Order: sequence, then C-alpha cells, then structure tokens
Amino acid sequence: MTTTLPAYDEVVARYEPVIGLETHVELGTNTKMFCGCPTDFGGEPNTRVCPVCLGLPGSLPVANKAAIEAIIRIGLALNCSIAEWCRFARKNYFYPDMPKNFQISQYDEPICVDGYLDVEVGGETVRIEIERVHLEEDTGKTLHVGGATGRIHGATESLVDYNRAGIPLVEIVTKPITGTGALAPDVARAYVAELRDVIRTLGVSDVRMEEGSLRCDVNTSLNLPGAEWGTRTETKNVNSLRSVERAVRSEMLRQASVLDAGGRITQETRHFHEDTGDTTPGRSKETATDYRYFPEPDLVPIAPDPAWVAELKAALPELPRVHRRRLQQQWGLSDLDMQSVLNAGAVELIEATVAAGTTPAAARKWWLGELSRRANESGVELADIGATPTQVAELQGLVDAGKLNDKMARTVLEGVVDGEGSPTEIMTSRGLEVVSDTGALTAAVDEAIAANPGIADKIRSGKVAAAGALVGAVMKTTRGQADAKTVRELILERLGVQG
Amino acid sequence: MAAISREEVAHLARLSRLAVTEEELDTFAGQLDVILQAVAQVGEVAAADIPPTSHSVPLTNIFREDVVTPCLTPQEVLSGAPDAEDQRFRVPRILSEDVAS
Repeated sequence: MTTTLPAYDEVVARYEPVIGLETHVELGTNTKMFCGCPTDFGGEPNTRVCPVCLGLPGSLPVANKAAIEAIIRIGLALNCSIAEWCRFARKNYFYPDMPKNFQISQYDEPICVDGYLDVEVGGETVRIEIERVHLEEDTGKTLHVGGATGRIHGATESLVDYNRAGIPLVEIVTKPITGTGALAPDVARAYVAELRDVIRTLGVSDVRMEEGSLRCDVNTSLNLPGAEWGTRTETKNVNSLRSVERAVRSEMLRQASVLDAGGRITQETRHFHEDTGDTTPGRSKETATDYRYFPEPDLVPIAPDPAWVAELKAALPELPRVHRRRLQQQWGLSDLDMQSVLNAGAVELIEATVAAGTTPAAARKWWLGELSRRANESGVELADIGATPTQVAELQGLVDAGKLNDKMARTVLEGVVDGEGSPTEIMTSRGLEVVSDTGALTAAVDEAIAANPGIADKIRSGKVAAAGALVGAVMKTTRGQADAKTVRELILERLGVQG
Repeated sequence: MAAISREEVAHLARLSRLAVTEEELDTFAGQLDVILQAVAQVGEVAAADIPPTSHSVPLTNIFREDVVTPCLTPQEVLSGAPDAEDQRFRVPRILSEDVAS
C-alpha cells in the first residue's frame, strides 16, 4: 500500500492520541511456573519438558514460590496494591503453542492492581497509571514451514517446541495514557525503558528485548479534541525501545490518514516490521476473543500473608529514579546534563566506569562523546557498542598516567570498539605511546628550533604565541605521540623564555 | 426455558474445533441442558451467606520451591505425538493467527 502519510506535526495538531502498553516479562526463575523444568535460554527442542508442562492427563501443576515472590516485588515497585486473595484462571483457545489447549493465566483477580510508574520525558515527569500486573505461563515456540517466509500465512504445517511453554510470564498493563499529544511515542518508549530498569534492579528477569524476555504490545488510538476515544489497534512484535517509539508514531500517522480520508479504524492486531518501521494488519479482534475463562481447578487460590508482603516491601532495592537522582548529585550534574546522560542510555555505563576508578567527568566524556557518536553511526544501543566500562576506565588510566594523549586515546578507543583487544594491548600493538623519554623529545625540539630559526627568534623576542608552530613541527616528527603541553614547555625552556 | 441453546452448543463446538452434526447438536443441547439444570438447582439451594466457590477444599498458598527436577527425554516427549520432525511436534497448518498472552 502506498498511501501518502500526513506530516506528524499536522497529525498531532488535529488529533489527540491515546496509548496503552501491555508488557510481558519472562521471570528469571530456575524453574517453570508450575513444574520443575529448567528455564534457561536455548537448548535442544523439547528437552525441557515434563508431563506437567506437556499437559499430560493426570499431571498436576504446583505454583513456583519464587515466581509469586517476584511478581509481588514487581507490583510493590510499581506502587500497586497486592491482592489479599486471588486465583489463577484457564484461558481456553485453539492453537498448538500450548499443549493443553489452554493457558494458565489470571483473569478478573490479578495479584497486583492500581499502581503507577513515574517516567521522565523531556525534563517533565509523566505518571503512567498501572491497571494490573498478573502472572501467567509463557507459550511454546511454533516454527511455520512450507510457507515462503517462515510466517504463518501460506505455511503448510507447524513444528512446535515446548521448552518455553510454562516459563513464568508477568503481564503488566497500563491504564490508557492520555494528554501526551506529540510526545506519545516518547512517553511509550520512556515507560518501557523505565519499567525495564525497575525490573532489572529487582533482579527478577534479565529483561532482554532482543531475546524476548521483555516483549511489548502497543495500543494506539486517535480522537478529535474533546471527542470520545477512537477505536484502538494493538501492535505486536515490538522488540526494541526504538521500535516502541516508532510503532506508536507510525500507527498515529496511519490512523490519521485513514480518518482524514473519512474511513474508520478497525479494531485489530497489527504487526510491526523492524525493517520498514510500519505495521500491517493481523487477526481481527472483533471475532476472535472468546477465551471462556474459568477459575483454574488444579491450583488453589493465592492469599499472600500481609507480613510477607510487608517484608518484601521493606527489602526492595533503591529504585532507578531514586538511584539516578543520587548519582546526579554525586556527579554534580545539572538537570540538563543528567538528561543527556539518560537520553544516551549511559547511566549504568558511567556508574560502572566510575566504580572502576575513573572520575565522573572523564567517564561521562567518553560515553557521551566518542562512544555515543560511534553507537549512533552504527545504529546500536550504547550498551552494545563493544566497549566495556572496565576498558574505558583502563583507557582513562593510561591518559592519567601520561601514556596516551587525548588524540591517541581516541584512536585506541576506536580499536577497542572494533574488538582489537584491551586499551593496553591496542596501545602496544599499534605502537601508540606518548614519547615521554625526555632525551628523544628534547632532540626533536632542538631539531624543530634549528629548522625554523625565524620562528625561534620571534619566540625569543617574547612572541610566545608563535611556539604553536614549533609544537606542530615536533608533533609531526613524533607522529603525534607526544604530549603537546610538555612539548610547548620544553620549547620555551630550550629558548630560555618564560611561559 | 432451556439453560443452553442449540446455537450456543454449536458455538462451543466451533471454538473447540469439534465437528458436530445437526442431529448431534440436538442430542448434546438436550444432554447439556439436563446437566446445567441440575447445577442450577444447587445454586437455588445455596443461601446468600454461602459464597461462590471454585475449590472444594479450603486451601491456599500451596507452593513448591524453585528447584529443578528431571525432564522427560525428547523420545518420551514425542512418543505420544501423531507426528514429529526435527525433534518437534508436527501439527497441521493453523489458519487463524491466534496466540495467547
């Protein structure tokens, strides 16, 4: 379809977006939700299954206490109320990703309700209301064969691996988010990023979007100012923070073009495409939802002991927002400077670099400067750039020790990013080291003075600024491997001039 | 009035992918109706002070520790499968893209 999309500015001038996010987080427990099968990523197909997660007759599920504890901690960190009593429910549907033909989930009695998460967007705090946080089991993986593209359409059969079936999955659902206007895509991204950080801080999941341990569905609708909310679509397959932002934006543009042409939005599931950044329709929701939920008869209700909940609450770690505020203070950054650190996704990287012995200013310089530039160029997240906080600290250590000047340090850092080894290894292998041997340096200085008698005279007569030309000459003969400040001092000293 | 209609039985059969003939619809609708009427009678007896319940025993918080237990071998796993390929269950193509969660 090649419809011309309206400009984003025009869309947000005419329409108000309402967004909502459903996030699924695979918990990092040792075992599955209702049986003792291991949960680690990878593994040969169907090697991590047992009668319970296969749904064989006579098998009985038993809830994993660590998963219950993890979801209560997530709920508490998201300022939710924890239910005093709740049940699991059966969600019945016909699809082979669960061998039982149903998924154990929660329906009208989620374990955590009515919370919120504050996120920072453009220096402002936006409170995202959380509707519910519930526990369910993940599904198996289906591989569609016979079709042209590995997708379900055109496939003649499906191959199913149940290793993932039964892994504890937490679903976090926001209330509809209104009033964000043009910032809706940024708010969606900031929310998922903050949620990811909170859950990582709790240590209950590795929350890696690319491995699918954090997955996100994005609901979007548009309405005219003052009018009722529009029909929403649900975009699935949103697998990175950047995709969350792009998915909201592209869906706003698409819906606006439909509405502008006098059309109506169909309530449906849409699929996000990483390559093109747009969405295509999937299943229509209007006919598909009849899951016949009922209380799970094989599992007894959960009634968390209030004393246990209070204990878990008291033991929550410092949450990212509070942690960031403390770091900002420690690092002595303005709100604006802190914002640029946050935007670059550099908080943890700088923190770890500082922990490895670098000053906050130097750590920030590398991560926001050279490394951010490289990350932007390659289109990767800063954390995946290939340089580690330890390596950056090592590099700065070499600078502080006078072994590398700033320019050489940049070259070494390029090598680190390109995977050539540690800063010290690269310094050696590339023959980069500040010429600190004063004898060699003095010889180079004398040579430069002898070759440029006119300039030397100028300096002798007090025109100290002319020394720059000689510094340049020395840097050239030492192939940049000298410290410019030392060279300058040496020139003035040899010419008997006070700097 | 019947507790379940013929149309509802047909709908449930469709959701469960069960092929049910016209005659069977009449039979099952009648049989299910008898069961539902019997359950409804229990509901009439239950007084206002009896809360609805989903479990027959008043237990809560039955948990297990997060400890790995042995799995089946892939051979055992697939032994009951009508068809398998590459150590995976092989199932006919699915037309509607319906996924849980």
